Parts: sequence; C-alpha cells; structure tokens
Amino acid sequence: MALLEVKDLDVRFAVRGGDLTALRGISFSLDKGERLGLVGESGAGKSVAAFSILNLIAQPGYIAGGQILFEGKDLAAMSERELRRIRGNRIAMIFQDPMMTLNPVLTIGTQMVEAILAHRKISKKEARAIALDRLQKVQIPSPEKRLDQYPHELSGGMRQRVIIAIALLLDPEIIIADEPTTALDVTIQAEIMDLLLNLCEQENVALMLITHDLGVVSQVTQRMLVMYSGRIIEQGPTREIINDAQHPYTQGLINALPQMGEPGERLFQIPGSMPSLKNVPSGCPFHPRCNFATEQCKQAMPEYVRSGNVNVACYEVANLIEQEKRMQEAES
Amino acid sequence: MTTATVSRWDRFRESFFWYSFKRDKVAIVSFAVLLLMVLAAVFAPLLAPADPYDLAQINIMNSELPPVGMSGADPAFPLGTDAQGRDLLSTILYGTRVSLMIGFGAVVLQAFLGILFGLLAGYLGGKVDAVLMRIADVQLSFSTLMVAIIVGAVFKASFGNLMFGEIAIYMLIFIIGVAEWPQIARTVRASVLAEKKKEYVDAAKVMGFGTRRIMFRHILPNTLSPIFVIATVQIANAIISEAALSFLGLGMPETQPSLGSLIKSGFDYIQSGSWWITLIPGLVLVVLVLVINLLGDWLRDVMNPRLYKG
Repeated sequence: MALLEVKDLDVRFAVRGGDLTALRGISFSLDKGERLGLVGESGAGKSVAAFSILNLIAQPGYIAGGQILFEGKDLAAMSERELRRIRGNRIAMIFQDPMMTLNPVLTIGTQMVEAILAHRKISKKEARAIALDRLQKVQIPSPEKRLDQYPHELSGGMRQRVIIAIALLLDPEIIIADEPTTALDVTIQAEIMDLLLNLCEQENVALMLITHDLGVVSQVTQRMLVMYSGRIIEQGPTREIINDAQHPYTQGLINALPQMGEPGERLFQIPGSMPSLKNVPSGCPFHPRCNFATEQCKQAMPEYVRSGNVNVACYEVANLIEQEKRMQEAES
Repeated sequence: MTTATVSRWDRFRESFFWYSFKRDKVAIVSFAVLLLMVLAAVFAPLLAPADPYDLAQINIMNSELPPVGMSGADPAFPLGTDAQGRDLLSTILYGTRVSLMIGFGAVVLQAFLGILFGLLAGYLGGKVDAVLMRIADVQLSFSTLMVAIIVGAVFKASFGNLMFGEIAIYMLIFIIGVAEWPQIARTVRASVLAEKKKEYVDAAKVMGFGTRRIMFRHILPNTLSPIFVIATVQIANAIISEAALSFLGLGMPETQPSLGSLIKSGFDYIQSGSWWITLIPGLVLVVLVLVINLLGDWLRDVMNPRLYKG
C-alpha cells in the first residue's frame, strides 16, 4: 500500500456566483521514501493540492470529493483533532518564502521547542536537545547560538535551513515542499536543494516537491506530475517524461527551457496564458493554446491513456497510440 | 566553544526602541516625570508628611491654610491645607495614587476584555466577529460618562454612602474598564486581520498547532505594538474619566480623594480665595495626563512597523 494515496480529489472554492473548481479528479500516490515532483504554471493548482493534502485549504475553499488516504486513513474525512496529530508530526510542510514563515517575535528555539511539545510529551530540555540536533543536521553554522536568535537576525538561506530543520523535527513520513527555493538567491538554491535531498534520503522521508523549475524536478525526483488548470495532464517516471514528453503542454514546457550551447536563438514559448478558474475552456482546458487541438478536444476532457509508464490525458496522444497499434496489427 | 549568550538587557540596549528613546528629549522628560509621579504615588505612605485618611491627624483649625510663601502659611503644610484641614501635599500624593490605580486598573480590565474579544473576532471571523463587533458598536454608542453616571448613581443608591466609599475604587475601575474595551478590541481585531493572512500562521497550522495556541502564542505577540500604544493613551483617558466622574460627585468620596475629587472639593472654595485646593491637584492631573499622552505619541512613532520592520 502506498504511504499517501490521493483518489479523485475535487477541490472547489465557494465564491459569489457559484463554485470554482480548483482541482478536478486529482489522483496520485506517494510511496515511502519516494520523491515526487509537481510541476505546472502559476495558478495550476499546485499549492492548493499541497494544502488540501493536509486538509488545510483556506476558506472559502473546500474538498468537494475524493479521498486522501494517508496510511489507509482518509484525511479528508478526519476530525480536526486527529488531523492536528498528523500535521507537522507525520506530514510536514516547507513554504516558499523563509522570510515570512517564521514568527518574527519568537526565537528560533522557542518556535522549534513549541512545535515538538505540541506533539510529544517530553520536557523542554529534551525538546531543546532535539531542536539543536536538527539544526546541526541542516548544517547551520553555530547552531546553539541560533536557538536564541530571532528570525530577522538570520539570512534567507539560514532561515530556510531552520525551516527544513523544523520540518524534520518530529521525523515525519512526508515532507511537502512548496517551491522551497524560489525566494532564495540562485547560489543558495542549489545548496538548499542538495541539503533537502540528502536529508530526505538519509531519513527515508518521502518528498513531494512543488515547483515550476523542471531542471530541479529532473534532478531530484523519481516521478512527476504535470498540472494544468487544476488537472493532472501527465504523470509518470520523471526521466521518461523529461526525455519523451507526451502531452503537448509538457512538451511546450520542456521546449521553453533555455538550452546550453545554442546562443542567439529565441526561446520557445507556449502561446497565450493559463485560463483563470472563472472561465475554464470546455473539454481539454489546454485546447485554446494547443497546436494539435481538434474539434474533439473542445467537447470533453480526454481520459488518461498509458504510453510506456506514463499516464497522459490527451486525444492526440491517444490517437497516436491507436495508430501505432493498428500498424502493428497490420504488420502481423 | 564559548557561545556569546546575549542577555535580554543587552538586546534591549541594542534595540531601536532604546536608541530612539535616548534621542528623544520629550520622551525622556515625560518618562522621568511619569516615573517620579508613579514612585511618589506608590511610596505615598512613606513620603507624605501626614495620613489624610486618618481623621485623628486632622485639625479643623488648620483648614484653608495657603501654600508656603504666602502670608499666613504654616511651614508644616508646604502646599497648604484643604477645607477640612488636611495637608494638601499628602492628600495629593494619596490622590495621585488613587487616580493611577484607577487608570491602570481600568486599562488592565479593558486590555483583558479588548484583547480577548478582539482576538476572537479577528481570528475566528464570521458570526463570532459580527456578534462581538456589534456589541462593541452598541457599547461605543453610549458615552462612558453616561454609563458611569447611571451605574454610579445606582450603586450609590443601593449601597449607601458609607459602603459606597469602600467599593468606589473598584466600581470606577469596572465602569471605565467595561465602557472602553471596544477601543482596544477594535485595534486588536484590525491587526489580527492583517496578521492572520501572513505565512507564519499557515506554517503554524501546518505544524499542527491548535486554534487557541495560534491565537494567543503566535498572533497576539505580533499585535502587541498597537496594543501598547493604545493602552498608554487609554490610561490617560481613564484618569480623565475618573477625574470627571469624581468632579461630578460620582467618583471617589472626599474621605479617600482622587485628584478629581480634590479638585471638586476645592472648587466650592475657589471664590473665597482658596484657589490652591483646586489649582494644585489640577496641575498635577494635567501634568500626569500630559506626560502619559506624550509617551503614547512617542510609542506610536517608535512602534510603527512601517518605520522599523522594513
């Protein structure tokens, strides 16, 4: 059984004039110690997906359907009290901006000790020892001193290390990292990413990495999901998708990456921008921007088809697979 | 390895707070005057030459003696005496004590109610917010004095004058505290609304903290600056309210006078030339309220997050 299994998750936002669907039919799973990438443009629903796993979508958002099975228990149906026991304890989360995630008026030590004491019945002294141990693990310089410092006394990179240390405090099974390096300096980004990767490997923690950096995803993760307008349009082993993307959108994303060694060329661009939740196009939401779009694409959302180990939701891909099959049958 | 442990005092001395205090002469003078007055009030029993509450020490023959420096003054009474022959200096010291006690007490009550309801309204929102804020609106639509006059009159009628004298101080704290809590509640609510959208609150939720802990431990400390500023101003307001009530005869009885009731007791004699009984406590009241307000202004500037949080 997978550690985390999300089945047919629908998330909606109740706003004036009806519900907006932020996530539709999201299904994926995460195994123990696995590293999963979640990519997509801004507004694709990546962060909503992350928050809904912890059942923490802000009002007016709500989970309209589906299951979030963590060790077989449905987080979507759990009481607030039970959920609190899982948040931070079994599933931890790392946010984008380390400047904002730490409480500015409490010392690092206080915040860490409190996070431990919220879940474990141990003394303050023991909690402090655990906090110190985690700060050492994230290789922060002079960790003892940091415990008594306030967030504003640390640099951005150090703060993100502290946040990783906080995520590791209670030996969680899963860490959800929502663009953990976006707000950092480019030179620090690689350091922090390496650190996170190493720690997850060492501690056998499953990592769900949300990002729009395909480079990071290809280096760090084993499997990936590509999201567009609240749907997963392609999912499978990272290497297969990066090397041979099936969905026109994923292909567009990969082609849009700057390549080394080809100076003077214009970068590829996917025309248009992602539709807002208020007017999602009919059928496949990508069809207005897609070069392969046909009448069929405007009618209904395509079903997932399997190509190799990858699941893709695209008629074009389905047709190609169909053709191939027929050709093979004709040959034999 | 020697870790340089930074004590709270060192931290304070390096803070922007201390820095701007050192550079602001008005703040230094105001603070010095306030400190002096508070100390004088706290140690009134030690400093005062006489005990104005002790009827045995009062001699009616000493009534309406002028302050030292005027003809007919008695050096035993440096600021003169009031109509009952009480030493005015001692009475003012004790009166300042009563006024400050009521001021602080009322603000503590206000802050307790205001912070509690403001936090609940701001953080929980929805119906809780609507109900609490409407109550606050209703409460604010009555003037403090009007409520106090009604409640005070009821108390006075039901307890009788003697009993009333004993509970007057608590009653004033209660009335002024309850009448003014919406001021603090509104301020707290406004800053909670701003704070709860910040990511550290999401982070706290993600860590599995409960609502109560997030409210009191994480959001409240971040809203303390405006609370401090408004509480300072509210102390001055409470002292004024108390003085006004006492002046109207609904506050502290003359047997344990506050600054307000002293002013009132002298007011009857001001026409007959005994101006000091009213003027001196009046000046003390003005100075007290002024320095608190000046400090409040300074605090407001220093604690403005736009100025120092960057």
